[in-house]
Amino acid sequence: MRRPAAVTTPPVTPRRSRRWTPWLYLLPALALLITFTYVPVGNMVFYSFHTWDGLDVTMEPAGVDNYVRVLTDERYWRVFLISGYYFVASFAQIAIALYFAVILSFNTRFRNLFKGILFFPYLLNGVAVGFVFLYLFQPDGTLDTVLRWVGLGEHTRYWLGDPDIANISLAGTSVWRFTGLSFVLFLGAIQSIPGEIYEAAEIDGANRWHQVRHIIVPGIRRIISLSFILAISGSLSVFEIPFIMTGGANGTRTFVVQAYETAFQFRQIGLASAMAVVLLLVVLLITWVQRRIVPDEEVTLS
Amino acid sequence: MADRRTFIGIGAAVVLALGTGCTGGAGEEEPADFSGEVTGAITVLTNRTDLATTALPEYAKKFEAKYPGTKVTFEPVTNYEGDVTTQLSSGEYGDVLLIPNTVAVDQLGQFFEPLGSVADLKSTYRFADEKAFDGQVYGLSIGGVANGLVVNKRVWAQAGITAPPKTPEEFLAGLKAVAGATEAIPFYTNYKDGWPLSFFNSQRAILGDPAANETFPADPSPWQPGKIQHITDGLLFDIVKNKLNEPDPLTTNWEGSKPMIATGKVASMLLGSWAVPQMREAATAAGADPQDIVFWPFPYQTKGTFHARIEGDYKAAVSRTSKNKATAKAWLEWFVNESGFAADQQSIPPAVGQELPAVLKDFQATGVELMELPAAVKNSGKEDEIIKASEIDLTGNIYRQKLIDIARGAAKGDKESYFAELNERWGAAQSQVMR
Repeated sequence: MRRPAAVTTPPVTPRRSRRWTPWLYLLPALALLITFTYVPVGNMVFYSFHTWDGLDVTMEPAGVDNYVRVLTDERYWRVFLISGYYFVASFAQIAIALYFAVILSFNTRFRNLFKGILFFPYLLNGVAVGFVFLYLFQPDGTLDTVLRWVGLGEHTRYWLGDPDIANISLAGTSVWRFTGLSFVLFLGAIQSIPGEIYEAAEIDGANRWHQVRHIIVPGIRRIISLSFILAISGSLSVFEIPFIMTGGANGTRTFVVQAYETAFQFRQIGLASAMAVVLLLVVLLITWVQRRIVPDEEVTLS
Repeated sequence: MADRRTFIGIGAAVVLALGTGCTGGAGEEEPADFSGEVTGAITVLTNRTDLATTALPEYAKKFEAKYPGTKVTFEPVTNYEGDVTTQLSSGEYGDVLLIPNTVAVDQLGQFFEPLGSVADLKSTYRFADEKAFDGQVYGLSIGGVANGLVVNKRVWAQAGITAPPKTPEEFLAGLKAVAGATEAIPFYTNYKDGWPLSFFNSQRAILGDPAANETFPADPSPWQPGKIQHITDGLLFDIVKNKLNEPDPLTTNWEGSKPMIATGKVASMLLGSWAVPQMREAATAAGADPQDIVFWPFPYQTKGTFHARIEGDYKAAVSRTSKNKATAKAWLEWFVNESGFAADQQSIPPAVGQELPAVLKDFQATGVELMELPAAVKNSGKEDEIIKASEIDLTGNIYRQKLIDIARGAAKGDKESYFAELNERWGAAQSQVMR
């Protein structure tokens, strides 16, 4: 191990030591980032140009064949459409989260309790959430029982078995799980708005609605825009919930579930890597377009 | 919503596999070397986590008594297929292990030691050719199973049926009679767990053709009327179409299905003979009569006879990287021939000439011919390649789940259109692989 130059010879080469010191502090983080993010991504791109079953000692170069197949075979790109359900659901998620974040940023009774309740689902493991909702959606499960109690018994159905409902049930589960995250993001942003601004607004005669409309929403616009980017990339790469709850059956197969099956059921690592790269590019592209349409200006509340 | 790290995780796992994978395989040409004394320690990987601390060490004790100086330790693996596949690429996978099904037959030589030629071993062991390549055997079965229907005969008797139906039509009529006369679900698919659906692929013997595995990859359209997939997958389709399966397939549960068939809430499931002891156990636990559970052949006769395929369960092999191959091979042969493991598990003993378990003797008594289907030789490994290229998982559940979805009206299409699509996809991949 090399000792930092600054310790051994500080007076002679102060300039060089100053140049290297920041890198030394960055080294652990960079090493982890490169080892566990960039090298695997680089490898994935490498695999995507080969035919490989994940086991064999030799890999066959395949050129762009894998990409051609992902983009031309309907079975691969059609699953992207399933993301639409989750994307629509993410609007509900953002709306619910924003609503509660605004309410709980005012002086509401038991606000810390409610904050905890809203954030709790996000702390649960995705697999556990999947199992909880699997029982909820069972015929004569919790949901059906509750519906019968409140006199809506005739509305019960096969929540996962009915192909028209299955994706909506799954998207609903996703909303339940991730609302907490959006909520905390919004709440943090709202609380960073200085209190004097509200006071000034109150003196000027603004009511609660005016405050929301003219102070809170403009003040947290960046976070709302971030939430949309997360929602888009999230809905394109949904995995755990459909994988645990339906295994992708009954028309609930998402792009990532399809990629997983390609890689580990059919042992086509090359093709699956190409799918992953395509997904990455799509997410980057959509994010770029979104940033062009809604530019990220500096927020001023003056 | 879900996050992108899932992918990075997969990537990282694959990288680890690659980085170390290159060190795993050496040249494939050198002959197997089992010389040396049978002594020292070996590690045995097993998927039977339930037996790893109970029955298996008992066998090990007997082996150690026969070969003093040896020591056998077991390494139970819960998620056997996935975990051992990763271990294989790391080069560290014990001395004796069960061959994961992810290893294609032409890769066997990269990971396992050849145990002898098929021609030599065929006369001693059943299922010797199932994990063989180029005439060399790489794995010995540790027990065989027969394929067919597990039924609750009390429920079927209530519907007036006491003998196994002989045709798919007769079987469907029987299921309808069960639906009419009892409260039971006539046929349970286990759609959600998925893997039980793969037993529709284990019925290839019903046509009575010993060359079935050889000719299968040569056929570009196995879903044509009269051909094997049309018969088996077609039966599954008709069962679901006639609403003779569970009402909500998306919420089935394998563990839960055992007491259901044991107590007569379910009348039949397509599985293997291995399931009979498990269902009987469930019956005993639930206070029902274990003798209600019996094993019937798939409802199809060729020349007036039922044919049921018998095949080896996992095949055990000696690791290529083992440091103690002599002991590893001695254990493998002892375990297969002398341990009595197969008999204890009520499976077919792998050594030719040993007695069949009671369940299968009853099964044979109903007039079923037990058939071993030799693995393809000329077209060795081709079927796997077509499966991969077409992404029709003949040995799995994905396309059969879609079949059930179509049959119950949850997805677009009908039997003809789906079978035509399957034929087309299979045919396209087949022409690529077989050219």
